[in-house]
Amino acid sequence: MVSSDAPLSLDLRQVVKRYEPDAPNAVDGIDLAVGHGEIFGLLGPNGAGKTTTIGIATTRVRPTSGTVMVTGVDVCAHPSVAKRHIGVVTQFNTLDRACTVEENLYFHGRFFGMSRRSAHSRAAALLERFGIGERGRTMVSALSGGLARRTQLACALMHDPDVLFLDEPTTGLDPQSRMALWDSVRGLQESEGMSVVLTTHYIEEADALCDRVAIMNAGSILVCDTPDQIKHDFGDGVLVTLRLRQANDRLAAQLRDTDGVLAVDPDDDVIRVHVSAADGIVPQVVALAGPDLRDLAVAEPSLETAFIALTGRALAP
Amino acid sequence: MTAASVRRPSDRYGLYLRAFWGLMLRDARVLAREFIPFLLRTIMNPLLFTFVFTYVFPKIGAGITPGGNAQVSFATVIAPGLVAVAIFFQGIAAVALPLATELGGTREIEDRVMAPLPVSVVALEKVIWSSLQSIIAAAAVLPLVLLVSAEPVSITVASWPMLIVTVLLAALVAGYLGLVIGTVVKPKQIGLIFSLVVVPVTFLGCTYYPWAQLSHIPWLQVLTLFNPLVYVSEGLRIALTPGIPHMPVAAVLSALTALLVALGALGTRLFITRVID
Repeated sequence: MVSSDAPLSLDLRQVVKRYEPDAPNAVDGIDLAVGHGEIFGLLGPNGAGKTTTIGIATTRVRPTSGTVMVTGVDVCAHPSVAKRHIGVVTQFNTLDRACTVEENLYFHGRFFGMSRRSAHSRAAALLERFGIGERGRTMVSALSGGLARRTQLACALMHDPDVLFLDEPTTGLDPQSRMALWDSVRGLQESEGMSVVLTTHYIEEADALCDRVAIMNAGSILVCDTPDQIKHDFGDGVLVTLRLRQANDRLAAQLRDTDGVLAVDPDDDVIRVHVSAADGIVPQVVALAGPDLRDLAVAEPSLETAFIALTGRALAP
Repeated sequence: MTAASVRRPSDRYGLYLRAFWGLMLRDARVLAREFIPFLLRTIMNPLLFTFVFTYVFPKIGAGITPGGNAQVSFATVIAPGLVAVAIFFQGIAAVALPLATELGGTREIEDRVMAPLPVSVVALEKVIWSSLQSIIAAAAVLPLVLLVSAEPVSITVASWPMLIVTVLLAALVAGYLGLVIGTVVKPKQIGLIFSLVVVPVTFLGCTYYPWAQLSHIPWLQVLTLFNPLVYVSEGLRIALTPGIPHMPVAAVLSALTALLVALGALGTRLFITRVID
């Protein structure tokens, strides 16, 4: 995936961000290399440092230390130059409310030095491409969440960036809009060879969309590889989710002491148990839960089980 | 696509300039959409003020003779002051009101912060744009006073350079003051700040009386020296109504320049801190 002639799309070395002098590091010395044309995912729970990492890569957060390069441009030393290579879709709708959909794209193009005519024609082409051609004159405040996200994406692409950063691109979207956005991102990779760096806390998004994934927790990258490799290396167990009649701390403790149980994550009346794939362990867990057990789910190896194996707790709520 | 043509810049400042121009175009579009409300907001206060004090009062025999000087109409005294208020109020509002929302609630400043030019220049553009609005406001208010007043208004441009320099400095100072307010104040409190800061500044800005006449109230005369608007009013008096007592040129220009430097540095720093963590 990483081609040798082009500079890395994103190259972070020993990047640290501490917001307050005595606060823990929000990003704690991470290294990250994203190759040309790659779809790269930062997967982790809220507060893992994903958004800060994207902020650092896109000039909006100044790192406390470390070096940050985007397509070979030092982001800290030359932010204005770096910004020409970067397209950003923020987590929240940050479109210009005082302007229409088309104007958001048009003026974005003008900021990047496009002529009147080319800004209008590219805006029209992008709106058409994302199926919002007929919404050009709509004020952005009147857009639904899905349409606003598509507008943001179209806007970020106006200046034909080399690297596209998407911060939680599908959070708050309905399943249909999420699929549409995945298709758009894949399309950008295939047709334009664009590099895409996205953050997500959705396991399936990282799994289905990303060529490589970095699992983040508490400001650190725990593992960085293809989803299949991560599953192979760390997800070689089974995730058993026990739904109980009531919270049961004693059962959680018992489970922790059971052979073959890798991790236990109690959350009110639900206990997630990560067990090795060996025969007979699931029945043993069920037997321990006894009559308290209301429901049971068994999941195959996934990024979720990998995450639990790595952190000892579940990613999804 | 077309964007590829700007991919390799030979001239960085040329690109900054084009980005700057793009920001101005965006602001122009937004203003054009709201030009009538903008104009009404600008002229309503001076229109009513002029109407009551220079039309109604003289007609009903309640005229004000400033400093017992019957030679000078009250309209002549307040004309520069009203222009000063228009510049100042417009300059502050044009930056602070949208900025508070753009930074606070919606964060919609983001796309402009990501434009390929230094963030400080994004702030500068806001100030330059508000200055243009200030100048439009000034140009709208002055003829209004001349038109409405029932008394003779004796205004002549005694010094074009002084007029231009004062208006420009005043507009920039107001814009940077708006930048400071817009970055510091939360969107919900912006109305409160306007009544707590902008209104007192307006009334105590030597707009309706020349600074020299405050010698009757020495403590107030000293206190008003901390009000930036005083220097704008006095500067415009020098340029438009030199017959009325006013501050020395050097005092006005050095005060406005010092304010511009101080507020410019402070506003820019605050803006950068707000948009970059």
